[in-house]
Amino acid sequence: MARQATRRSPRRSATRITPSERLSKRGASTGTVRRLRGKGWLRGYFKGHFQALFLSLGRVSRNPLSSLMTIAVIGIALALPAGLHVVLKNVQSVSAGWEDAVQISLFLNQGIEAVEATRIAKQISAMSSIEEVVHVTPQQALGEFRQYSGFGDALEVLDENPLPNVLLVRPTKEASEPLQVEPLLHELRNLPSVEMAQLDMEWLKRLYAIMAIGERGVLVLAVLLALAVLLIVGNTIRLAIQNHRDEIEVQKLIGATDAFIQRPFLYSGLWQGVLGAVMAWLLVTLSLWLLHGPVQQLSLLYNSNFSLGSLQLVGVFAVLAAGGLLGLLGAWLAVGRHLRDIEPT
Amino acid sequence: MIHFENVGKRYAEGGEALSGINLQLDAGEMAFLTGHSGAGKSTMLKLIGLIERASYGQVIINGKNFSKLGRRHIPYVRRDIGIIFQNHKLLNDRTVFDNVALPLVIAGQPHRDIQRRVHASLDKVGLLDKERMLPLSLSGGEQQRVGIARAVVNKPPLLVADEPTGNLDPALSAEIMNLFAEFNQVGVTVLIASHDIELITRMDKRVLVLDKGRLVDGAGEQGEVQQ
Repeated sequence: MARQATRRSPRRSATRITPSERLSKRGASTGTVRRLRGKGWLRGYFKGHFQALFLSLGRVSRNPLSSLMTIAVIGIALALPAGLHVVLKNVQSVSAGWEDAVQISLFLNQGIEAVEATRIAKQISAMSSIEEVVHVTPQQALGEFRQYSGFGDALEVLDENPLPNVLLVRPTKEASEPLQVEPLLHELRNLPSVEMAQLDMEWLKRLYAIMAIGERGVLVLAVLLALAVLLIVGNTIRLAIQNHRDEIEVQKLIGATDAFIQRPFLYSGLWQGVLGAVMAWLLVTLSLWLLHGPVQQLSLLYNSNFSLGSLQLVGVFAVLAAGGLLGLLGAWLAVGRHLRDIEPT
Repeated sequence: MIHFENVGKRYAEGGEALSGINLQLDAGEMAFLTGHSGAGKSTMLKLIGLIERASYGQVIINGKNFSKLGRRHIPYVRRDIGIIFQNHKLLNDRTVFDNVALPLVIAGQPHRDIQRRVHASLDKVGLLDKERMLPLSLSGGEQQRVGIARAVVNKPPLLVADEPTGNLDPALSAEIMNLFAEFNQVGVTVLIASHDIELITRMDKRVLVLDKGRLVDGAGEQGEVQQ
């Protein structure tokens, strides 16, 4: 009966509860928690978080210089792996178009005439494993060379065209598999009129191997820099805890729970991480913008319409999430270590 | 309200600050705790405020046995005890209002209640017109009253004060003591540590006397029976 009354009118003055009533409650904490739950425990919970969210933002903005430095360091640490990731993605997107274009270049003997070359081309394209054969005459090859190399004038000096007939052989899809393409290459190489056969695949394999190393490198770098972010945030929060030592002591004395005291510090870490991530995004975007012009020029030289891709939306969210999580985790580690040490005396 | 059963406190540095304390203070009582410096007054208040734990014996406050209380329960127990410190322990970078509101914020009270109760509390100690000021711009007596307002704002059933008039002149001291007597009149149990014998005598309340860690006078029925 007494307990019910207490629960229903939580604002009732505690001073008017008789000792026996209070004794009838089971314990200190259950009594208090029950009183809070009666007032909309969940609402109070979210309100507490809301307050801490803005209290911590206030703390961040009250020390703009030191906050900005921390955020900048986090930003650079996150921008490095994010930027390298973007570069790798771009290299991959450039090379993706080449993947299914397995092509064997057959350089025919110097003495072979164009008519003879066409006949050989027909003969090869009749093979079951061949999709297509393109005949590039020496004149065509010379024209292309003149157009794209920039040595056009130098070519005028030559008396005769030094270039051989070239057959660009594209195997069928089945024959393009690495195991199938090797015997085909061997077969074509042994044709009497073929001077040299080149599979334009080897360098692609090597490029992929190099990119795999690059990806792994970015991953290692990302892990190391994530650790750095943890330490940076942890140290900042540790200093903040020391600066608020008196306040924490007073709060503990008048009944603040650990959760209440640590909340603003955790949110400080979260803010620093998220703002650092925003900084990282800005840095990556700025760097890409600076690279845009030169890359455009290079891709023009390769007669390609490639343009530098930026951080995708998913990437932006990933960077923000990584920043936020690392900030929160760093703060959590610092809070766990240092908050317990402060006890009122 | 306050029940000590054969309580002792030993410090690692040696020396027994309290030994064999038996004490019974009923709800609604007001008492003074006195004794020379180092007699154990502060230690006793620290045991009541759960700032320190007894080395042996049972401390039972407000029906809760402190020796069986886990660490995570401490905050909730402290909310039911209003403690007033000699050095005020105010947050000097917050306004008077914010200082007094802190216990309510910690307890997660709704905003409109906080405003109302802080004003009621400040009105009680006569500082309603100074709510926007910072503690350091107030006089010592005013700071002490802010501390009192903060201790009573969430209406705890028990008020404990450590030398609340330590640095104040006699007139101000009497004023503060009368404030405590008023709280006691509305049912709050009050325990005040003080060495101001003159003032204590004038208040005419129960007096607990500590001497070298032992309670030599005013222990209450149970304690007196054992002595």
